[in-house]
Amino acid sequence: MDTFVQQLINGLTIGAIYALIALGYTMVYGILRLINFAHGDIYMVGAFVGYFLAFQLGFAAGPSLVGLGVVLIGSMIIAALVGMAVERFAYRPVRKYSRMTTLITAIGVSLLIENLFVARLGAAPRAFPQLLREQSYSLFGNAAISKSQILIFAVSILLMLLLQWIIFKTKVGTAMRAVSFNLNSAKLMGINTDAIISITFALGSALAAAGGVLTAQYNPQIDPLMGIITGLKAFVAAVLGGIGNVPGAVLGGLLIGLAETFVVGYGQNIGVPTTFRDAVAFAILILVLLFRPTGLLGTTVQEKV
Amino acid sequence: MKRIAIALLVIAAFVFSLACERKGGNGNGSTTGPIVVGYYGDLTGRTSNFGVSTKRGAEMAADEINKAGGINGRTIQILSEDDEGRPEKAATVVTKLIDQDKVIALIGEVASGNTLAAAPKAQAAKVPMISPSSTNPAVTQVGDYIFRVCFIDPFQGEVMAKFAANTLKAKTAAIMLDFNSPYSRGLTEFFEKSFTKLGGKVVSKQSYTQGDRDYKGQLTSIRSLNPDVIYVPGYYGEVGVIAKQAKQLDIKAPMLGGDGWDAPQLWELGGDALNGAYMSNHYSVEDPSPAIQKFVADYKTRYSIIPDALAALGYDAMKVLADSLKRSGTTNGSKLRDAIAATKDFAGVTGVITINAERNAVKPAVVLKLQDGKYVYQETIKPDTEGAPTAQAPAQ
Repeated sequence: MDTFVQQLINGLTIGAIYALIALGYTMVYGILRLINFAHGDIYMVGAFVGYFLAFQLGFAAGPSLVGLGVVLIGSMIIAALVGMAVERFAYRPVRKYSRMTTLITAIGVSLLIENLFVARLGAAPRAFPQLLREQSYSLFGNAAISKSQILIFAVSILLMLLLQWIIFKTKVGTAMRAVSFNLNSAKLMGINTDAIISITFALGSALAAAGGVLTAQYNPQIDPLMGIITGLKAFVAAVLGGIGNVPGAVLGGLLIGLAETFVVGYGQNIGVPTTFRDAVAFAILILVLLFRPTGLLGTTVQEKV
Repeated sequence: MKRIAIALLVIAAFVFSLACERKGGNGNGSTTGPIVVGYYGDLTGRTSNFGVSTKRGAEMAADEINKAGGINGRTIQILSEDDEGRPEKAATVVTKLIDQDKVIALIGEVASGNTLAAAPKAQAAKVPMISPSSTNPAVTQVGDYIFRVCFIDPFQGEVMAKFAANTLKAKTAAIMLDFNSPYSRGLTEFFEKSFTKLGGKVVSKQSYTQGDRDYKGQLTSIRSLNPDVIYVPGYYGEVGVIAKQAKQLDIKAPMLGGDGWDAPQLWELGGDALNGAYMSNHYSVEDPSPAIQKFVADYKTRYSIIPDALAALGYDAMKVLADSLKRSGTTNGSKLRDAIAATKDFAGVTGVITINAERNAVKPAVVLKLQDGKYVYQETIKPDTEGAPTAQAPAQ
């Protein structure tokens, strides 16, 4: 029983990270119908910005909560700027062309960011400084939860609530929802759609960066290609929950995290090797696309003619 | 106009990123001028600590040889190539070193998977290759031009099994292996075999793949079985994180591992979670023998860090090659091969090296305890019989 609870905690931890990243995919898709393949790399950029901030600001020496806060917020801000820059210089110029053009551009941007980092920093994994004094608390029996896991849960819940508030309670959020209904009508209503799209990218990128810094506290290894698989799984999570749907992204992220952990934890008992953990996410993607193409919480949208 | 400007900017960025391409080396098949030796290793990839350390060791050895007058009046020049830790790249750079740079011998790689990819190229071209530290048995089975100056996995796995069963009195063990690495699978197989023979029981075998980010699922399963020790025969990048996550799960059983742990980065990743773990290795920097202490001191002066075992093995590989060149008196491939094969009782930093009929070095291993960033010497375990146990390579 405590093993099961432990696996549940493990799964929810990585699920929370997937959820944070999936939110960015889903928001951008909701507004532009664009799958932003560079989003996983923004998660990586967030982790690296945090890494350099920690060293530059002198927080790398030892654990400090202030340092963690500064590094987390700093990397969210810088990643938001990077996300806005990507949108401004890569996506906006090609927005008027077909959706395929933007999709290919997104793949190009993703490869550009990855290889730029590999060229400048090398592909060798780096150790992220530990800003949290690691400690485990036992729940019951053998099940334990570590400080970094508590941090991941706390920060991601906080950020998700904040996002919900922005989307439903602020003017910007109203504008975002309007743009996602219909970009051209929103423009006619006097909404500065370019600015709203920019803000959407900034929000999504900040969440991904938070995911990057939080993961790095849980697992200190960061490298320029860390965003590929994680990004893809977060994308699957967004599709699973219903792409374009914000609560769906969170649900999808948690489900993918749990599925992956249970494959590792119990797969061997039924003959599924642990190395299938990555395959599971994609198997789920195929099943979802076959049986419920709109995702768990998605609604069918009539294609406009 | 604006578009052209952007296009130019993109092109400029590309040219800039390509600007650091290296120049090709001189052809060498002649009997004068420097003797060109090829080195290939992971200098920028996931296991770059390995490649860089080995290269440093080999270069230090070459400099010492050149300062002492070279080989029959000729100096040694090392041309090095980066394989980024990728097997397919290893094969490519070795082909380049052989065809374009005409190297007379090769030194490399560390990771068995990469050596296995490159070795057939060297064998086909009849260029002798000495691997400093690939321990998988299959490496030298590629052909008679492939050698190594380290012990092999059947022995390394056995060493840890003996240490676990005899010294730590462990009855049960769990294994966590890197599924796609021939090195890790080899060690797993031989550890399990020896440990079972000594009366122990392997209660769980979990696997991960290089680049995985989360190991808690596997570790939780292992924890539920409560083994006495956990054998993690992987590379430092993953092992550091595994140790940290094991500590988060409050796992108390000591972790055991092999020479793949040996890199300063292990400590950056694992920190104090590594305290109390044990690893088998090729040598100990604490060994008081004058040869080792001189090597450690020289290396520290030159690179201002303590040499890991890979640096020592790179150094030994270069020295064995130089010794063979001296004895054969030629750079001719087949004669040089015979000379390397005849290496006997060569006093290296990592022990006395004798190349056996399977082209492996027969050497003892040391067990080290990890404590606060240091490797504390525990014991030396010698091979049972003359010639390490020969065993079939694991299926890949």
